[in-house]
Amino acid sequence: MSKRSVSFKIYRYDPDRDEKPYMQDITVELEASDKKLLDALVRLRAKDDSMSFRRSCREGVCGSDAMNINGKNGLACLTDIDSLAQPITLRPLPGLPVIRDLIVDMTQFFKQYHSIKPYLVNNDPAPERERLQSPEEREELNGLYECILCACCSTSCPSFWWNPDKFVGPAGLLAAYRFLADTRDQDTNARLDNLEDPYRLFRCHSIMNCVDVCPKSLNPTKAIGKIKDMMVRRAV
Amino acid sequence: MNVAKRTFDAVIVGAGGAGLRAALQLSEAGMKTAVLTKVFPTRSHTVAAQGGVAASLGNSTEDNWHWHMYDTVKGSDWLGDQDAIEFMCKKANEVVVELEHYGMPFDRTDNGKIYQRPFGGHSMNYGQAPVMRSCAAADRTGHAMLHALYQRNVRANTQFFVEWMALDLIRNENGDVLGVTAMEMETGEVSIFHAKATVFATGGAGRIYHSSTNAFINTGDGVGMAARAGIPLEDMEFWQFHPTGVAGAGVLITEGVRGEGGILRNASGERFMERYAPNLKDLASRDVVSRAMTTEINEGRGCGPDKDHVLLDITHLAPENIMKRLPGIREIAIQFAGVDPIKAPIPVVPTCHYQMGGIPTNYKGQVVVPKDGNHNTPVVGFYAAGECACASVHGANRLGTNSLLDLLVFGKSAGETVVEDFQSGNLSLKPLPADAADVSLARLARLESQTGGESVFDVGLEMRRTMQKHAGVFRFDDLLKQGVTKMAEVAERAKRTEIADKSKVWNVARMEALELDNLIEVARATIVSAEARKESRGAHVRDDAPDTAENPNGRDDANWLKHTLWYSEGNRLDYKPVNLKPLSDDVKPIALAKRTY
Repeated sequence: MSKRSVSFKIYRYDPDRDEKPYMQDITVELEASDKKLLDALVRLRAKDDSMSFRRSCREGVCGSDAMNINGKNGLACLTDIDSLAQPITLRPLPGLPVIRDLIVDMTQFFKQYHSIKPYLVNNDPAPERERLQSPEEREELNGLYECILCACCSTSCPSFWWNPDKFVGPAGLLAAYRFLADTRDQDTNARLDNLEDPYRLFRCHSIMNCVDVCPKSLNPTKAIGKIKDMMVRRAV
Repeated sequence: MNVAKRTFDAVIVGAGGAGLRAALQLSEAGMKTAVLTKVFPTRSHTVAAQGGVAASLGNSTEDNWHWHMYDTVKGSDWLGDQDAIEFMCKKANEVVVELEHYGMPFDRTDNGKIYQRPFGGHSMNYGQAPVMRSCAAADRTGHAMLHALYQRNVRANTQFFVEWMALDLIRNENGDVLGVTAMEMETGEVSIFHAKATVFATGGAGRIYHSSTNAFINTGDGVGMAARAGIPLEDMEFWQFHPTGVAGAGVLITEGVRGEGGILRNASGERFMERYAPNLKDLASRDVVSRAMTTEINEGRGCGPDKDHVLLDITHLAPENIMKRLPGIREIAIQFAGVDPIKAPIPVVPTCHYQMGGIPTNYKGQVVVPKDGNHNTPVVGFYAAGECACASVHGANRLGTNSLLDLLVFGKSAGETVVEDFQSGNLSLKPLPADAADVSLARLARLESQTGGESVFDVGLEMRRTMQKHAGVFRFDDLLKQGVTKMAEVAERAKRTEIADKSKVWNVARMEALELDNLIEVARATIVSAEARKESRGAHVRDDAPDTAENPNGRDDANWLKHTLWYSEGNRLDYKPVNLKPLSDDVKPIALAKRTY
């Protein structure tokens, strides 16, 4: 790619300065080496240092730079700039309170993650060496443990928009199944109890926006289906 | 400005692997602990580690900590302290097994044990053949580890202050450490965190270089804070250039790719590492491989239209093995190099990756400085672990997988030392000086009122370019000398940075300006220490210190077998001896020898 200019429409709001949010039209000149949306945002910041967003690893593993890109949630660092229709419209992740510009308050998202007890429970005395797990048992964790907590999924989920305080959301439920699926974990019953109510698990209506937007190609809907299966099997 | 005071038994700055591991010790001991972190814990850069963590579990090949210790000392080019290295290698199995018990999803062998793969510089029987020592969760070991550690801290009810940036270290007139000042990103509010113990686990500063595998957040905050507060920095001339960063993008491609059988090739398709390291070949130590690649490129055997990179080839590996063991690498190659490594080789170049030096500590995680004739006097109330610290286990060159081990072992060790000191009554809450927050407030006030100043972006770019050109893979006397002058000029410009954004709320511009102050300390330390060290050792290789019979590989043990200590004030240099004596009688000192692979 050569040098080119790219036009944006970006959600701006600084509570310290603005009465209300607005969409800003802005154009930025890119260097040939700029490939990802994040590269363009970094160029933008060199021009206007008030343009605020989170970023860190720039390779899709830290989960900082999730945002709504032309109407779809994704990571700026994994989105090819030249694949996007212009003007590129950037908004904060939907459904969470905005702190400033593209930065949202993720308290509710993490509260739900924490609510599923996201840690291994095994009350047996710790052995001297590793607990054994067969490659097949370990395989069950693939597609679950790789979650980067970027919140692209939960903030694209209508059920989460509607009941962010009651519905755990796809990210939290994916994590819940990650521990349910782990042969080393002993807390299966308590974990299922914790999800057995009209909202926490069962507000998932398999809309599958979560699968569509996950930058790590994970499938929370499938994991949620497996938790529902476990509930049913436990009941009979 | 109104400065709130908060009081804790301990404050930990940083929530990557080392900070989280230390926090577990403190939380589980019931200490009132605050963990400050400028990003949500699972966003810390430990998350990006790929290939594995070293431990001589011997699950697939015979192994023991003596061999691991030998490899680490040799890898360090004998600059590592042998007491700390013995401690780390001996503790490796314990801390890795603990992580497994915390729930870390390690890959498994057929008999259900932790999967281990070969890695650069790790060998069996004192250098004879590659050993399988790197405990891995696919090629996402750091991610799996960081999440497991965070999850264990959720269980332990650790108190986090998320998106708080530490600004300055607070010391009293005796030099004792009393805590830090910190700014809450969301409000811009400054607080004093007053504590009996302060633990730095702030990571490295790989962002001083233009081409870096490091995250944006790796700005050496703890290292900069320590330097400004009068603590010397140890061995800052030693930076690891990882052989395989994606050409152009800088994103890391794990050495585990070569551990799984990947081969480096030049323009004619030659496996050139056979000429440089006949025994371990592509799995030689990182400094050796990075220099070999740079030599190939400099001598015209690079690949591509500009002959500016080499190729990392795994097309001969079974696609199912790539999908199973290296799935993240495949994604990265497709995303950032535009190639599917199952079908075509990945273009790679040596890229700045790891800071071997840092805040001087001992193996207990205590920060140590020269005082009253003792080179290693602990600073009361101050501890450090992980990449920001220099224990020193990596010396002049770190082995792959020893960084994740370092942060586990020394994060835990620092935590244990704090708990011991706390429980034995050795720690007390010392009175805060009246001017405890003045340095931070003055820095913020200067930024607020600066006019006609310098752009943070421009000064940062100049720093990164200067470091890249003047202190890279190969170093040259004249370039180093010019680099010292140039960095002094850049540092002067950094004192006059100006930001347009004056908002109190989540002000990224202010954060980047404050981070630049920290990076500048690290860059100055690096260039000044490097210019002064007139030998070649590990990752520091100079044109005027070539391989001779008297000084093999250019290493001059008679004059330079010593640690550098750089003081920010006046760019002053001091030196202290390397500890060649192990911690116990279980092992004899690893005798000095020429490094070959």
